[in-house]
Amino acid sequence: MSSLAVALTGNPNTGKSTIFNELTGARQKIGNWPGVTVDKKIGYLSHQGRNISVVDLPGTYSVNARSPEEKIVIDYLLNEKPDLVVDVLDSSNLERNLYLTIQLLEQGIPLLLDLNMQDEAKRHGIRVDTEKLGAALGMPVVETTARSRSSIKTLLDVFTSTMMEKYQPSEKVRAHIARVEGLRAGNLAADALEEKIIEERYAFIDSVVSECVSVAGASSDLTEKIDAVLANGWTALPLFLVMLYAVFQITFEWIGQPMADALDDFIGGPLTESVTATLESWEVADWMQSLIVDGVIGGVGGVLTFVPLIFVLFFCLSFLDGTGYMARVAFITDPIMRRVGLTGKGIMPLMMGFGCAVPAIMGARTLDSEKDRMTSILVTPFLTCGAKLPIMALFAAMFFPDNAANVVFAMYILGVIMAIIAAKLLGGTVFQEKGSTFLLELPPYRIPDMKTVLLETWDKGKGYLIKAGTIIFAMSVLIWFLGNFNFNGMTEEMNESFLAALGTGMSKLFIFHGFDTWEAGAAVITGILAKESVVSTMGILYGVGEISAEAEDAVETAATLMQSGMATAFTTMSAVAFMVFSQLYTPCVTALGTIKKETGSWKWMGFSAAYMFAIAWVVSLLVYQGGRLMGF
Amino acid sequence: MTLREGTSGQRFIIRSVAESPLKNRLMTMGLVPGTTVTVLRSAPLGDPMALRVRSYHLALRRDDAASIEVEATA
Repeated sequence: MSSLAVALTGNPNTGKSTIFNELTGARQKIGNWPGVTVDKKIGYLSHQGRNISVVDLPGTYSVNARSPEEKIVIDYLLNEKPDLVVDVLDSSNLERNLYLTIQLLEQGIPLLLDLNMQDEAKRHGIRVDTEKLGAALGMPVVETTARSRSSIKTLLDVFTSTMMEKYQPSEKVRAHIARVEGLRAGNLAADALEEKIIEERYAFIDSVVSECVSVAGASSDLTEKIDAVLANGWTALPLFLVMLYAVFQITFEWIGQPMADALDDFIGGPLTESVTATLESWEVADWMQSLIVDGVIGGVGGVLTFVPLIFVLFFCLSFLDGTGYMARVAFITDPIMRRVGLTGKGIMPLMMGFGCAVPAIMGARTLDSEKDRMTSILVTPFLTCGAKLPIMALFAAMFFPDNAANVVFAMYILGVIMAIIAAKLLGGTVFQEKGSTFLLELPPYRIPDMKTVLLETWDKGKGYLIKAGTIIFAMSVLIWFLGNFNFNGMTEEMNESFLAALGTGMSKLFIFHGFDTWEAGAAVITGILAKESVVSTMGILYGVGEISAEAEDAVETAATLMQSGMATAFTTMSAVAFMVFSQLYTPCVTALGTIKKETGSWKWMGFSAAYMFAIAWVVSLLVYQGGRLMGF
Repeated sequence: MTLREGTSGQRFIIRSVAESPLKNRLMTMGLVPGTTVTVLRSAPLGDPMALRVRSYHLALRRDDAASIEVEATA
């Protein structure tokens, strides 16, 4: 028998993705729908000897084709004509969920209605008479609780049965369709017609629901009790900060960083040693050894050590999203965010920017207006990411030993202020389209489905891994080449390399900034490849060899560097200017690559690289010259 | 009055939804004339507001709620 094509459709927050994940497990392929950045998820399984493919269509409230998601759903269902369309409904919220159902029935698409979230409906005392509902719509109805195996089995049995064949829209549905056709045939203006049709659909839904759904005694609503604390009054924002602090601790202290350190130790230690030993034993040429060990392992390895951080961060955020808390975060921070030209929905992606701009830029996908999304993507890299922190920590320890923490903090604040100013400016100039709105469902609090959280984490983190294997790999080879070669071939002296020549060229830009040395110029260049490189480049160029790029070791590193030429290469004021520049200039290539991918445009990537460089150049210049005028 | 002026705990019946970029989405989400909405709470600084409508919760900025004409109900 041929394989069976099943499509899952339904509103957001109905447990549709959980059903998809429980059905297909890890046998999924995630791609993109043509031309848009909406995930296309297909899973494969077999049941009772039949191969089944399941498509998880984007969750939508309707199919008006107003958003890319809605267009995908209706186009797919009408053009691909899957064998079976499962409409997943939240049983505790049937009225709004049935809107999509009736819209699809109007299009003549036969549906299997899956009344999901049975457990929640029961808790709320909601009882749905499935027989009556099935009869009212003329479609088969099954009840499920997404996470239970028996529910999944029930669904599978329906998939492979032929029960769909005998169903056709009920008399009631056909009467509704006739009424809608009647409205369309009338001479109403487009807007008025749409309004009438929406009202007609809800009138239909109200009559179905009053027949089939009964609510026995309103039980106490847990979600409201939690919201009274988490989304209410004076407790909301402090608790959000606590939650945020916990996420950052988990990522950068408790779980993510120790894993990253262990990986770093492994790559820098046993892996490098064994590869070196192997290459030696094969008598591989020195330059090739250097390329593999210093270039590839050093470069790609440096990025791979971020992978645990990224995965842990995504896990935390997917988990919080699964609980429903993320929607509250958007709700409680919207008043602050809108004042700076953004939206509450953008707070979480932006906060991630303090860890790493890459997931932060990817996270902006969830914003629904183009203006909010683009603004968020373009301002995120101003924030102090984990790789910029060591630069700040080092310079502060060297030039402000008594005030290091305050100076670092001031740089964080500078990043935030610049992000706000940039958001305001971009909002007032580049993205002047219609003002942003804020309409967001606050789903009931739920315990997240672990399988779904893990699959989501993997799906998002995977992109970063792929990047490490491609763009970072290429860049590592390039920088190794620049640092080890000149026109005469390979050189032992880095200050005679192409990198030094480029650094000298770059340094011409900073004549009025006080740090026009080729070393600083080279550090600025390598910083575009990876911000982590700024400190390590300084170390190599000032001849102190390997120095730690860890922020915690900054004091020690600073003491070492004070003995070198670096102490005299910078004045206090030019050190501040360099910090300001490093804080604000062009994002690293990984972030730029992500901007290219998320905006789908080389133009925006180039804009981001150029405007940040320009802003950093100007602000740094003002700080340096201003400081000098004031006599520092 | 419009839903914009609603305060926590108040219940309203929607009379009409005025033209706005959000109109279609609001109505699709079930805010059609005759529907009951309850104001649950406001975010810090009083805006946006959280509503209960058709057995789910919805957050909406007050500026956007200004397009919804309502009538108080018990």
